[in-house]
This record gives sequence, structure tokens and C-alpha cells, in this order.
Amino acid sequence: MKPTDTENPEYFHRVVDCQHACPAHTPVPEYIRLIAAGRYEDAYMINWESNVFPGILGRTCDRPCEPACRRGRIEDKPVAICRLKRVAADMKENVQARMPKIPKKKNGLKVALIGAGPASLTVARDLMPLGYEIDLYDATPKPGGYMRQQIPSFRLPERVIDEECGYILDMGVTSYFNHRVESMKALLDQAYDAVFVGTGAPSGRRLPLPNYDAVEGTGVQLGVEWLANVAFDHIDSAPEDVLVIGGGNTAMDCCRTALRLGAKNVKVMLRTPISAMLASPWEIEDTQAEGIPILENYNPAEYVVEDGKLTAMKFEIIEYDVAEDGTEVFIPTGKIETIDASLVLLAIGQNNAFPWIEKDLGIEFNQRGLAEVNPDTFQSTLPQVFFGGDAALGPKNIITAVAQGHQAAISIDQFLQNKSVEDRPAPHTNLMSQKMGIHDWSYSSAVSDEERQKVPHAPLAEALKSRKLEVELGFDDKLAFEEAQRCLNCDVQTVFTADKCIECDACVDICPVDCLTMTPNDEEAVLRQKLTVPAENLDEPLFVSEALQTERVMVKDEDVCLHCGLCAERCPTSAWDMQKYNYKTAKAGSSPRESVVNA
Amino acid sequence: MSYTVPSFRHPNLPRNELGYTSKDYEGAVSTLCAGCGHDSISAAIIDACFQMSIQPHRVAKLSGIGCSSKTPTYFLGNSHGFNSVHGRMPSVATGANMANRNLLYIGVSGDGDTASIGMGQFVHAVRRNINMVYICENNGVYGLTKGQDSATTDLGSKSKKGDPSPYEPIDLCALSLQLGATFVANSFSGDKDQLVPIIQAAIAHKGFAFINVISPCVTFNNVSSSTKAYDYMRQHMASTNTVDYVPTADEITTDYQEGTTERVTMHDGSYLNLHKLEAQHDIHSRRSALKLMKDYGAEDKVLTGVLFIDETTQELHEIMKTTKTPLRNLTEKELCPGADALEKLNNQFR
Ligand SMILES: Cc1cc2nc3c(=O)[nH]c(=O)nc-3n(C[C@H](O)[C@H](O)[C@H](O)COP(=O)(O)OP(=O)(O)OC[C@H]3O[C@@H](n4cnc5c(N)ncnc54)[C@H](O)[C@@H]3O)c2cc1C
Ligand SMILES: Cc1ncc(C[n+]2csc(CCOP(=O)(O)OP(=O)(O)O)c2C)c(N)n1
Ligand code: SF4
Ligand code: SF4
Ligand code: SF4
Ligand SMILES: [Mg+2]
Repeated sequence: MKPTDTENPEYFHRVVDCQHACPAHTPVPEYIRLIAAGRYEDAYMINWESNVFPGILGRTCDRPCEPACRRGRIEDKPVAICRLKRVAADMKENVQARMPKIPKKKNGLKVALIGAGPASLTVARDLMPLGYEIDLYDATPKPGGYMRQQIPSFRLPERVIDEECGYILDMGVTSYFNHRVESMKALLDQAYDAVFVGTGAPSGRRLPLPNYDAVEGTGVQLGVEWLANVAFDHIDSAPEDVLVIGGGNTAMDCCRTALRLGAKNVKVMLRTPISAMLASPWEIEDTQAEGIPILENYNPAEYVVEDGKLTAMKFEIIEYDVAEDGTEVFIPTGKIETIDASLVLLAIGQNNAFPWIEKDLGIEFNQRGLAEVNPDTFQSTLPQVFFGGDAALGPKNIITAVAQGHQAAISIDQFLQNKSVEDRPAPHTNLMSQKMGIHDWSYSSAVSDEERQKVPHAPLAEALKSRKLEVELGFDDKLAFEEAQRCLNCDVQTVFTADKCIECDACVDICPVDCLTMTPNDEEAVLRQKLTVPAENLDEPLFVSEALQTERVMVKDEDVCLHCGLCAERCPTSAWDMQKYNYKTAKAGSSPRESVVNA
Repeated sequence: MSYTVPSFRHPNLPRNELGYTSKDYEGAVSTLCAGCGHDSISAAIIDACFQMSIQPHRVAKLSGIGCSSKTPTYFLGNSHGFNSVHGRMPSVATGANMANRNLLYIGVSGDGDTASIGMGQFVHAVRRNINMVYICENNGVYGLTKGQDSATTDLGSKSKKGDPSPYEPIDLCALSLQLGATFVANSFSGDKDQLVPIIQAAIAHKGFAFINVISPCVTFNNVSSSTKAYDYMRQHMASTNTVDYVPTADEITTDYQEGTTERVTMHDGSYLNLHKLEAQHDIHSRRSALKLMKDYGAEDKVLTGVLFIDETTQELHEIMKTTKTPLRNLTEKELCPGADALEKLNNQFR
């Protein structure tokens, strides 16, 4: 193998599994250390810079970081990254003074944002400090988009949404609430310099089985519409028998909300087994903890209607299988079951819909009904129109909407500053030795043996009384500290200098997880097998040094390195050093470099 | 400074026949200087014992005084140990071995511990062919007492703060050969590929197995003027052979070229496959070994590898026809058969 080019900013970035997996590349270990140190405001601001909604995401994020966490590869459970983020938000004191200064003198450029969800709010956050004037439109009365309309208050209290949307609106955004944009053409005629579409994926999927027309909108409702009505207090009760169709997170929110609105028999009806559900494992866990049955292999067949009212639903029992090519197979068993229901909530997916964008404006759409959008720049085929969030590439989650908002903001800024939108600014990086004394590091290098801490919950009986009472109580400072100590500090990198190495083997011998090997060089596949413990996890890179004195190379399998620093402590020549790697994705306004690095 | 090593190990760590991983053969965290050759030797002992599926509780580690003699704390944490007095490890090993012949005895010493204060003890242990592995971690200095030249320091070799040594060195391999040692090897802490199988072979050997391991002292003697430095060894090391230790259970699948590979069958049925790098050498000849060492020495080369082996000898218990039962398993009556028995015994010699 060729020696690893650690100058490439992506190499060490890749080693920080959580940060790499986070769509917004939040510097996770850095803020976790700050939480352990009780520096909650600093931890909050680091988050805020990257993901804009630490308090919201600390409760609701899809957490792609956690399955990526290295800790999950050396023991069962990853660090509770998401819940630690919430600690920073919960325990911080006032951070208003640390928000960016907004120039009084504007730059004369005006941008319209359609939809006040996380994507648009991120664009506003990034462009306001640069002097842009921003008009924000939303069809509903308050900011937050689906975070407010869909995510139930028992998972995400309103005050958190108010606070974090507030930081952005307070920058001087001109907002137009209760204002649905009905025509893109009309908006473009208003002489905006750029337009950002962050309207989400607003329409729930229908399930038109026999008798659907008779009960659509009454006995059968779209989950997303029903949740929005609950959120805005248009609906405050549920009938006794409620069936929720679907196995995603929307289904979980629907059934738990119905339970809190007075339903007695709430059931989740799956077409698949539980193992094939799309909902996040923790959502399923919480649903089951509230005693809601999840029934497997029920294929919806027919709505049963009497006197114009829904009374039950018929299902065909099926056998579920996955074919060799990965497609799902549903084999009917012929058995039919009828289950009482006076309300059926459909949670089987969302669609994008842009009836308000005229088709002759130069904004091209694909077969999926989505605008043709460059997935790196988020620019549409009409150069001054950009998309982001669920409206751009289909429904995903908040953190993705935020990440796309950041990228779109960069593009809008480049575009309006007459720079190439394709020319992406490189990340800011630096490496700093953590050496304090011969064997002392400025990070806590010891590896905690603690298991993942459980988040305390409100007592079930209390929690079910109100749809507004938050179920999770969050970590207190003690639990937070213990959990923070589980973080392996993967951003503190093992940095190797080949010409200092005397090949004494000390590092190889001490490494508790056998990630180091000195061996004659070879091609990657061979090298991976030759290591002290073969490197079977192909997702994790090998570090290969320049040739050593004996012509061998130092190889490090990054897979399960504990970042314990022992290799560097035992190295007599400091050929290994522990250095903190700072990786900050570029924001709108940072100047582009010549070389483009793909994240 | 870390005084503990994290408890996590690689999830795919291989297991040996006993179901143990190498972690089960580790000891406490080393307190030696970072980069000390002795630590590599500890790691090699761990690896050898792991690979041979040795039951840790069937091992006794013995040592004298010195940085080298401290190392038994850093390997085989689940084994027995006796950290004795400076230079006195051979007596303790002899006594322990006499009392219980069923354990594996691994003695660790230094060049000071062996070639100076312990010389009188060492030579008798060799001569008696005690069934043990004796590893001398040879760095050419008294590391623990801050780097004074030892009796193995080569003529003219100069440590970090010293003068060139004015004396001829004691060559512990040559001495062992002359004293009748039945297994003699020379190796280098910086070459585990060679060292680990040598330790395995020494463990499999019945009788006194001596391994001299050049083990650089990074703090006092790893300088360009020293012949016991990493650089010097890398530039001057030559090998008689490479060894593969083949446990009985393993089927022999590799065909070695006739004439270049010699197979030595050990008393327990395991094999050593010796791949000759030096065609002249006869592994069963002391004279050949001594001559070759001299020849290489004359060319400023350090000859390593298994230098000599006699797999057919009798170890001390066999020579003395002692009981097969460990003393601790004998009753008082058996241990102390009384005045009549003594009388009978004495009469044999009258
Ligand atoms: C029930 C449910 C639960 C969810 N739970 C989670 C979760 O726990 N964690 C997570 O990460 N994600 C969750 N999501 C997904 C997440 O809410 C979305 O991915 C995210 O909010 C998308 O952000 P966005 O900015 O693209 O658009 P949205 O948040 O959808 O905001 C779009 C906004 O645009 C407005 N709008 C639409 N059309 C117009 C128009 N023509 N004129 C003016 N305004 C308009 C809408 O009213 C809305 O306010 C959930 C989704 C649902 C349905
Ligand atoms: C009876 C006695 N004399 C002297 C000493 C001091 N002493 C301790 S270690 C040592 C030399 C150790 O040298 P070596 O065996 O080469 O071990 P190294 O530290 O080099 O590994 C000496 C002289 C002692 N501990 N006991
Ligand atoms: S920091 Fe060094 S010693 Fe620790 S696990 Fe990683 S490579 Fe091994
Ligand atoms: S401890 Fe340092 S000098 Fe020794 S082998 Fe490792 S990197 Fe090289
Ligand atoms: S003084 Fe020398 S022999 Fe002793 S621990 Fe340090 S490096 Fe090793
Ligand atoms: Mg010594």
C-alpha cells in the first residue's frame, strides 16, 4: 500500500466515526469533553454552529452518529451522544450574547425562504450574519415546520422549539406566518435575488381500499395531518379503538399521541414482522413500553363502514419473506381478520408536492415529482432557486435538513457573490499535540468501563395523562459525566512520524486492542490479513506509514483503536503522538480554496 | 501516566485450545522505561505461552534483581512467581523444580544478575541440566542501577555516559555451551518473528534451555557507540536458522527442501523445523556452534538463532531418579520415612 496521506483532511475526519456520520459533521467528541468539564455553554455553541438545533436534536435526532460510534464496536452500546447533546442544551445558561452579530448595514441582497422548517431556518442562520436580507414564509402560524407540527410535545416540548427558532428569527428575519406561497412565479416577480424552497414533504400517502371514499377525512385520516391538527389544538381527543397503519416513526408518534388523547385500544398494524420495521429502535422500545401492541403480518384489505361510519378494518394475514435480491415478498395465507376501529391513522409514507411551482419557470422536475437538484450544491435548474431539506431529495430527518441548509446557504452566497457555486470551500482543520508531560495528556485518556447510562423517564401513569408532558427526563449532571467519560476521544488522533521510529515494538506490545503491526508492506487485501488481528472491518481504513529502517511499515487498523494514548506513552522517541484534530465544515462566507475535497 | 491498561481487547482476538485469549497471559502494566527491549521479551513470552496453550497456573516465573528481573510482573499475571535476590534465581529455581517437577519454570535474569553476581549460581544450574527455560535479557549494562557497564559489555563498546569498555566480555552462549547446556539460543528483542518460536522451542525442550536475548536499554545504552543498541543489532545480526515450532497436534503440511530444513523431534512429540540459513552448521554439535560464533564474531556479526540442541539428555530429576510426585502431594510418612529408612540408605554407601 501507499503511505497514508494524512494531509488529506478527510483521513482523520474519517477516524472520528460519529462526526463523520453526522450529516452536519458536528464535532462530537469535542462537545462531549466540554460537557464532562461542565462547560455547557461552550458545548452548546459548538453544537449550535454545526447543527443549529441542539435542544431539539438532543431529543429527536435520528442519530446516525450512534450506530457509527466506535464504542459500539468494542462493546455492546455506543455512547449516548444524542442525550448528551440535550444535556448541553438543558444545563446551559444564557447563550444569547454568544450568538453571531448581525450587521446593521445590509449587503443589498434579498433572499426568500419558503417554509419555516429546519432547512430554511439553517439558511437564515448562515446568511443573516453575512448581511443578507431575508423574508421567511410559512403556511402555519409558527416557525419550526414539522418539528413543531409533527413531533409530539411529549418528545419535544414547545418551549425548546420556541427558544431555538427564536435565536434565528431574532437575527432580524422578516417572517410571514400564516402565509402560504401559492405561486413561485409571483414570488420570483418580487425581485428576490435568490429563493430557497424548504417546504418539506407535506402530503401523507393515502390507502384507497374498498369504502375509502366513505370515510376519508373522518374515520380514516392521514397520520401527518392528524398530528398537525393535534399540535395546533384542532383535535384534542381520540375515540376508543384506534388502528395505526404503518411501521415508521410517524406510526409510533400517532399511536402514542392517540393513547394520550383518550384512546383505550390502540394497535399498530404492520404488514411486516417487527424486525422489518422502519421506525428507530428506541421509538419502538418506547412505544412498547407504553403497552401499545404492535401486530405483525397484517395486510390491510378493506374499511368496514356502517351507517357512513367506520366500525372496523379487515386485514389479510400474510407470510413475510425477503427474496434473495432483497425485495420483500408478501404471501397471502387466505386468512382474514376483522378488527374494531373507529379511527384509522395512515402512516405509510409521505410525498412531495409542488402544485404551487409553475411548470414553465425553468425549474425542471423528475419522475418522482421532485425538482432536479444538484445533490452537492442544492441548486435547481433555475439558477437563483435552491432547494433543501425534505423538499430537495425526499423525506429524511432534521439533521439532514440542517446539513442541506448549510450547503444551500454556501451556494446562495457563492451565487450572489458571483462565484462559482460548484467551487466548495474546504473544511477548516488543524492538529494539535495533546502532550502535557512525558506521560500526561490534556484529554482524559483512560478508557471508562461504564456501560451506557439509561435516561430516566417520567412515571408511565403520569406520562400518559398529557400529550405535553415530556417522557424522557434527560441526564442529570452526574449521569452526564459518567456517559461523557465513555467517549473514546476519537478526534485525538494517533499521529505517526516514521523517521523517529526505532522499531522497538513498545507501541505494538502495549496496544490493548492489537491495532498496530510492523510488517513488510503489501497490497491492502494481503496486509489486512497479515495484521496481529486481521482487519476484517473493511469500512475502517488502515493507516500505513512510510518505510521504516528495516523496510517494514507501521500499519494501524483504525477499527477499534481506543485512543488511549498508550502507544504514544510507551514510545521512547515520540514517533507516535496524540494530536487533537479539529475539523470544521465550511460555512457560507468562508472563502473557497482551490482544491475541492469531497466530504 | 497510565498505570492501567484499558480492559477492552480486540473483539476478534483469537482463542487458543484452552479457550484463552492473549489477555489471559498478560501481567500488570510495565513500569520499565518506554521502549525498553525487556518489554518486548515479555510480549514474546506471552505470545509463546498463548500459542502453546499453556495453562497459566502451571507456570512458575523466577527472577533475581534488575529491570529484567522485574519483568515477570508484566507477563503471565495468573502464574506463580518468585522475585528472589540478586543473582540467586538459579538456586530458587533449582529448589522449586526439585519440589515440584510438574510445573513449567521460566527464569528471567539480566546480564548483571547472571554474569556478575549470579555467575556462580548460573553455571551450576546449567551444569545440572535443570528442566527450565532461562532467559537472560542482555543489555550490556546494569539498567536498574543507572547504566554501569556489565560483564557482557563488549570490548570497546561505550554506553551513553561511559568510557569504552576495557575488558573482554563474557559470552553467555559460549559459556553455556562449554558447561554442557542442552539447549542454547541467541536472539534479539527487536525480532519477535525469531524470538517467539525460540521461546516455544525452549519451553518444549526437556532440560536446561538457555536463551540469551540482546535487549537494548533505551535509557543508558541505546547509542551509536554501543554494541547492544537497536541500530547496531539491526546492522550486525546474522542468523543460523529460523525455527518453526510445530505442536504434536498439527499435521505437517509443508514440504521443506531436503538439506535446508532439519526436523528435531522433542521429547513430548512436538517438532522443531529448523530452516538453515547457515549451511555449515550442525545443530547437534557444540563445536560447530562455538566455531561459527567465533567466525561471525570476527566479522563483527552477532550470530543468532538456535545454536545448539541436544534433545536426548536426561534432566536433573531423571539423573537423580527422584520421585515423580510433587513433594506437596506426598504424605508426611513418605517424605520422612524414619530412622530405619535412613539407616538403610546410609548402609548402601558404607
Ligand atoms: C410524525 C413525524 C415525526 C418525525 N420525527 C422526527 C424525529 O424524531 N427526528 C427527526 O430528525 N425527524 C423527524 N421527522 C422528520 C422531520 O420532521 C423532517 O425531516 C424535517 O422537519 C424536514 O425539515 P424541512 O425543513 O425540510 O421541512 P419541514 O420541517 O417539513 O417544514 C416545511 C414547512 O414548510 C411549510 N410549507 C409547505 N409548503 C408551503 C408553502 N407553499 N408556502 C409556505 N409554507 C409552506 C410547512 O407548513 C412547514 O412548516 C418526523 C416526521 C414526521 C412526519
Ligand atoms: C546483593 C545486591 N547487590 C547489588 C544490588 C544492586 N543492583 C540492583 S540491580 C543490579 C544490576 C542489574 O543488572 P542486570 O541484571 O543487567 O539488569 P538490568 O537492570 O540491566 O535489566 C545491581 C547491581 C542489589 N540489588 N543486590
Ligand atoms: S491509542 Fe494507540 S495504544 Fe491505544 S488503542 Fe489506539 S493504537 Fe492502541
Ligand atoms: S514505540 Fe515508537 S519507536 Fe518503538 S516501535 Fe513504536 S513507534 Fe517505533
Ligand atoms: S533503565 Fe534500561 S533496562 Fe531499565 S527499564 Fe529503562 S531502558 Fe529498560
Ligand atoms: Mg542488564
